[in-house]
Amino acid sequence: MARAMEDYLRPGISTTPFCPGCGHGILLGLILRSIDAVGIDIREMLFVSGIGCAAWIPSPHFKADTLHTTHGRAIAFATGAKLYNPKLRVMVISGDGDLSSIGGNHLIHAARRDIDLKVICANNMIYGMTGGQVAATTPLGSTTSTTPLGSTERPFDLCKLVEAAGGRYVARYSVTQPLALMEYIKRSFSFKGFSFVEVLSPCPTQFGSKNLLESAPKMMEWLMENCVPREEAEGLSPEELEGKIITGDWSDVETSTG
Amino acid sequence: MGWKRIKASLPPGRYYFSGNEAVAEGAITAGCRFYAGYPITPSSEIMERMAHRLGQIGGVFVQMEDELSSIAAVIGASWAGAKAITATSGPGLSLMMENIGYAAFTDTPCVIVDIQRAGPATGQATRVGSGDIMQAKWGSHGDYQIIALSPWSVQEMYDQTIQAFNFAERYRVPTFLLGDEAIGHLRETLEIKPWVRAFDRKKSKGKPPFDSKEPRQIPPMPAFGEGESLLVTGSTHDGLGIRRTDDPEVHARLVKRLNDKILLNQEDIIDTEEFFLSDATVAALCYGFTARSTLTAVKELRGEGHKVGFIRLKTLWPFPHRRVGQLSRGVDKIFVPEMNRGQVAGEAMKSTRCEVMSFSQTNGEIIRPEVIRKELRRLL
Repeated sequence: MARAMEDYLRPGISTTPFCPGCGHGILLGLILRSIDAVGIDIREMLFVSGIGCAAWIPSPHFKADTLHTTHGRAIAFATGAKLYNPKLRVMVISGDGDLSSIGGNHLIHAARRDIDLKVICANNMIYGMTGGQVAATTPLGSTTSTTPLGSTERPFDLCKLVEAAGGRYVARYSVTQPLALMEYIKRSFSFKGFSFVEVLSPCPTQFGSKNLLESAPKMMEWLMENCVPREEAEGLSPEELEGKIITGDWSDVETSTG
Repeated sequence: MGWKRIKASLPPGRYYFSGNEAVAEGAITAGCRFYAGYPITPSSEIMERMAHRLGQIGGVFVQMEDELSSIAAVIGASWAGAKAITATSGPGLSLMMENIGYAAFTDTPCVIVDIQRAGPATGQATRVGSGDIMQAKWGSHGDYQIIALSPWSVQEMYDQTIQAFNFAERYRVPTFLLGDEAIGHLRETLEIKPWVRAFDRKKSKGKPPFDSKEPRQIPPMPAFGEGESLLVTGSTHDGLGIRRTDDPEVHARLVKRLNDKILLNQEDIIDTEEFFLSDATVAALCYGFTARSTLTAVKELRGEGHKVGFIRLKTLWPFPHRRVGQLSRGVDKIFVPEMNRGQVAGEAMKSTRCEVMSFSQTNGEIIRPEVIRKELRRLL
């Protein structure tokens, strides 16, 4: 677990472009550690991303083929590459706005097709790169730069969405649950089909600063308090679950980490 | 890699094909093994035949959820090593535009067939038009070049599809086949020759895929999965693909190279067909289906002794400004009949030294020879 990940980084990469306290750096490390643990040669992988902070997780950092596409279309580009060369192990890493809002149609259709793509959706619940505008995933009532009085629209439940579209390997974790998340990513390599994991990743710069969670530790604490594992949630009342984010694995396929 | 001689996909001989069927067969012959598209009238027969033919020969066909994803899948497949194509019509082309700019900016070979219909908007879906000439060139934001060919027969739908792949692969650029409803649905004899010349993109291990020493040169293009750790991005990038979004020199160099690689090679790309020009005082400048009516009218007027000539643009982009400018010094008037509001006439005026008379017909119908004859007679 403590092994350095330099072998997986493009030469010359020493820092990430992410803000202090951003969860994307943690996620970057967890993805590489999962690949390392399974023993996959990263040079056999293709990482596809869209536009936004999360799209920079693989590009240019990973020492692999990377395709940094237009906003919202990462899954569609990945579909073409995977279909033409099925030997490529294709992972899509992008943000919630990119994958579920502007690119929402491609997300549901890829799930319906059950194409063998591993999709990691880094959900920071806001448009970070453009200055903190409301997203389709922003919790109800949150302040953003386009909802100064609090958001009035219900957020998407991305796991339910993907599951309803036919996704068979679906999960949600927070970067504050690193071991469970890694386990899930590792297992995804043994599954041939559409795999989707939503990863809650704190954005203290844009989300936290507007919602009284301005420091990185406060945002982390907020995630730890509000993310409730699925098994625990089953014993809680609707009132107790108000505002909580249920995490866990909704998959019904057989996988292994071997 | 480079030029090679390949066998046609069908036994040599004469076939009675529609233009759209000929496009599909031209693509298969050229080595295309990937199609992604979304149904749209009047282009759908291309995707139907591709679904059938690619299935027979082990290629990949996918019907995507929209045109945005269709062109995205084509670009993804191209980087995975495929000769890839999509076909659409005006509304679909509008949706593809952002990613066409992405393809141009990332030196991605791909072929886009536009079977033009009467626009704007939904317009007349089953009727003919040629209103996408400017969109093909300028539809995506920023400064870039593409190649666009303009077929006038079922034969050329086949031949120019092969040529479009050769240009796309050779110059690493999105290449358009700008057909229209009339030529897409026309049935006539197609002659398939036993062999064609095809170009495969060049590869060179470890060489920068996004820069060249000479502006005319095209950098090599490796594919995903070849161990090159490729960096492909639609952000401004250096020769290795590394994002350089605040370096003025890198941006200026990249934009200039992407324009130069086409414009400096334009003499190898541009093709025209010309008749009766040596003594002509009026030249009819035309392209696509309208060129058929124009040639009929010009021949009739020649029969009556009028000094009228004919030039057909087989290449619309890069625009043949040198040839059109040269022509304008030898004639008094250039007549440009089009199924749009003068898109090519306006472009021609950038290089002409004589009077340019635009004739527009935008009623969803082809321009008939007698209409062109009447208009030309007025200029004689």
